Amino acid sequence: MSDLISQNLNMIFKTPKGETVHALKDLNFTLKKGELLTVLGPSGCGKTTLLNITAGFIKPTSGNITLNNKEIDGPGVERGMVFQQGALFEWLTVAENVDFGLRMKKEDPIETQKKVDEWLDIVGLKGFGNTPTYQLSGGMQQRVALARCLINNPDLILMDEPLGALDALTREKMQSLVLKIWKETGKTIILITHSVEEALLLGERLYVMAPRPGRIHKEYNLPFASMGLKEDLREIKKNKEFSQKREEILEMIWNMEEEIMGKDN
Amino acid sequence: MLTQILTFLIFFAVIGCILYGRRLIRTEKVDAVFGNPERALGGTHWVIVGSSFLLLVWLYYSWDIAKGFYPKSANELCQVAKVNDSLLGLKYQFPIEEREFKSTSQIKKENKNLKIIKNEIQNSKELNGQQKTILISYIIKANQLIPLLTNENLIEDETKKKIDDITGKINLLTENFQKPDYPFETERELNERLKAVKEEGGWGITKVDAGSGSIENTLEVPLVPATYRGLKFHAAAQKLNLISDEFFKLRNHNPLFKSKIKELKEEIKSYRKDLSDNEEIASTYAKNIVKIARRIEFASIYPPNALDKMQAAIIKFDNAQKDAQGGLRFIDMFLFPAGTIVASGPSCSEQGSGRWLPKPSDTFNKFVLMSKPSVGYKDIPLLWIQMVDVSKMIGFILPDWIADILPGEYPVHTKDGIVKQNFKGGVLKIVTGDFNLFKVPVPYGHIWDSFLRVFLGLIFGILIGVPLGLFMGLNRFAKGFFDPLIELYRPVPPLAWAPLIISVLGIDNTGKVFLLFMVSLSIMIISARAGASGTQLSKIHAAHSLGASKRQILRHVIFPNSLPEILTGIRVAVGMCWGTLVAAEFLAGTTGIGFVENVAKKYFQYEVIWITIFIMGMLGLLFDITLRKIIDKTIPWRGKG
Repeated sequence: MSDLISQNLNMIFKTPKGETVHALKDLNFTLKKGELLTVLGPSGCGKTTLLNITAGFIKPTSGNITLNNKEIDGPGVERGMVFQQGALFEWLTVAENVDFGLRMKKEDPIETQKKVDEWLDIVGLKGFGNTPTYQLSGGMQQRVALARCLINNPDLILMDEPLGALDALTREKMQSLVLKIWKETGKTIILITHSVEEALLLGERLYVMAPRPGRIHKEYNLPFASMGLKEDLREIKKNKEFSQKREEILEMIWNMEEEIMGKDN
Repeated sequence: MLTQILTFLIFFAVIGCILYGRRLIRTEKVDAVFGNPERALGGTHWVIVGSSFLLLVWLYYSWDIAKGFYPKSANELCQVAKVNDSLLGLKYQFPIEEREFKSTSQIKKENKNLKIIKNEIQNSKELNGQQKTILISYIIKANQLIPLLTNENLIEDETKKKIDDITGKINLLTENFQKPDYPFETERELNERLKAVKEEGGWGITKVDAGSGSIENTLEVPLVPATYRGLKFHAAAQKLNLISDEFFKLRNHNPLFKSKIKELKEEIKSYRKDLSDNEEIASTYAKNIVKIARRIEFASIYPPNALDKMQAAIIKFDNAQKDAQGGLRFIDMFLFPAGTIVASGPSCSEQGSGRWLPKPSDTFNKFVLMSKPSVGYKDIPLLWIQMVDVSKMIGFILPDWIADILPGEYPVHTKDGIVKQNFKGGVLKIVTGDFNLFKVPVPYGHIWDSFLRVFLGLIFGILIGVPLGLFMGLNRFAKGFFDPLIELYRPVPPLAWAPLIISVLGIDNTGKVFLLFMVSLSIMIISARAGASGTQLSKIHAAHSLGASKRQILRHVIFPNSLPEILTGIRVAVGMCWGTLVAAEFLAGTTGIGFVENVAKKYFQYEVIWITIFIMGMLGLLFDITLRKIIDKTIPWRGKG
């Protein structure tokens, strides 16, 4: 019932030069409640466009996309978003950032405060409530962004390369956090990434997208995310199947990139 | 006294700090490498040297050091200047400071003039042959007048006797002047002089007019000789004035010259009378020849050696007075840089940097005086507090038409001549502020007026400019609609609007506040627009997906995100408004710092001009520091997002 269903989704942009770019072509997919989908692909394959359409920031040229049988028409609270650079409001403290959505809905402040404490605890920022956000490190900022999104209790969480700007160590910790939150809340998550490893580790399902026109090139169903809930992530990376899949996908993406280069020249 | 102490302090501070700086350089290893930025760190001692140096230059070039150490020197130099002034006319007759005798140069000049006229007449096409012959004969006659004056044999005995007499007087003066007890002042004269000195006051004294309570122009240099040395020069100057008057009354006119010039004048007069109206050119030439003849008559032209003795006497006196100056000459030379005290007629004045660069001590005294609310400037204090009834403010805020729209009529007087108050009349009293409540202190004065104008102009600019700018940053219609309007008026220098605005809205606050509003409005619009359009899309997206409405996004995301730009805009606007205001107050008005400076300019009150400059600098700095503090407090995240 509460699935994300995309039917014949098409997105055509017109560049200022007058060229038409077919960003998405006939995209059909169904995401069931509680699934974690990672999307991978070379730049220009329409990953972000897909996310923006799902979030409701832009409207598709044709086709439709529905969440819980309701057509997506503009941004909404039921679809939370986490951006690459946090997009935190740096004039607010951590707590004020986290409760932003609740304050906008004018919810009971005492109730809100309780929820904020709860969520700060979950993302590991207990006691940082009054810290100005500009004093936080990149990883901590992403934790705030996660908490800010989750406190609204969305049905679907959209993550646009949320860990892209972090250093390797922080990234690993954050990956565990994403898995932990996915498991505890049971939310549907779409996560866009550039990193093949990350896509494999976190994705219950994985779409590899191809550019020009943007389309789903290959689809995988992966066991690593459920493994990651129990095991250490580093152990999984040593897994033979994991390395095999990684090489396969890397090869695929390399070929796509080369194809683009060829087209350009 | 203070100046002396200060001068010494500064002097030793400079020397001490320089020595300390030298030693520091020698002991510090960091300095070994040129280009190391650490070389520029620290250095408070150089700050002291720099500011002391500035102060020292000010003290020196404003002649405050001279005033501090030799308070009587200006008065003495004034007396010396009087002597020089009296001596000037006599000296110019001889090649003492000039290259040639006055007689020689005058003869040269008039010969040249006659030659020019002669050439003109000869080449003239309007004159006929007869006229030319007559006019040239006049020129020759005028030319022949000169030898009559320069011939030693023709000089009259009486004239010779008078020249000897004047020479004798100069020599006597020189002799007396060199006597130590000249000018033989009696006890009574001494007392009278000292009383006059006391009444006149010292060098650069500031007086408050007892009548109006405002500052009078300072007495630049006291005239009455205060010292014995000064008195000597004063007396000599008076004597010299008499002698030179006598000399310039003297005319070297012998009977032959007199008859010749009379003859020439009469001849030309009758010739001009006989000329008809259409012979105007000949008449003009004849008139010009008479003019030259008159100049020759009244010039002090003497035979070459007739005044030799007198010249020697003058040189002798000049040397004597220079000797008598003694140490004063060195004070003049070293402590009165870029100028000196000069006398012209009865008064003395500072001429040079001491005139327009006010002495620090004078400036400070005047500032203290002007700060007193009872003195102020033009009957208005610089900054003070007055008690204003609250009712006046209520009357100012409430519009008068509130009373007009009420039902009923205003009270009309009865046949007994009594006016009965009614409700409508009562309301009118309230809205016009015609009642008594309690009084509150309100600041007023020149500084407050200027401040208030900037403040109001700025506030209106912010209140209208920020919302409009944000709107323009977010909305295509608003940007397109208002952009041409703003871009048309913004590039015009604000002062170019001033005459128009002041003549439409008046010279009072309204016009100036509106002008400043115009200045701040464009700056605020541009900065708010830049802030709004510079908001990261991801932040707006985030707010959208967190469920914020359009209004909420504007209030909670776009506005705070634009705050750094808006506050920077305010800082720029304050600077611009401040500059524009002072210039606008120059143009017109009755209060404000710019007004004070403008009036001071008219009366050559250099101290006041410098005081206003100082006040403006300090207020500008105060605004900037306050704003910087506010910026640091309100937007600590700036540049860290």
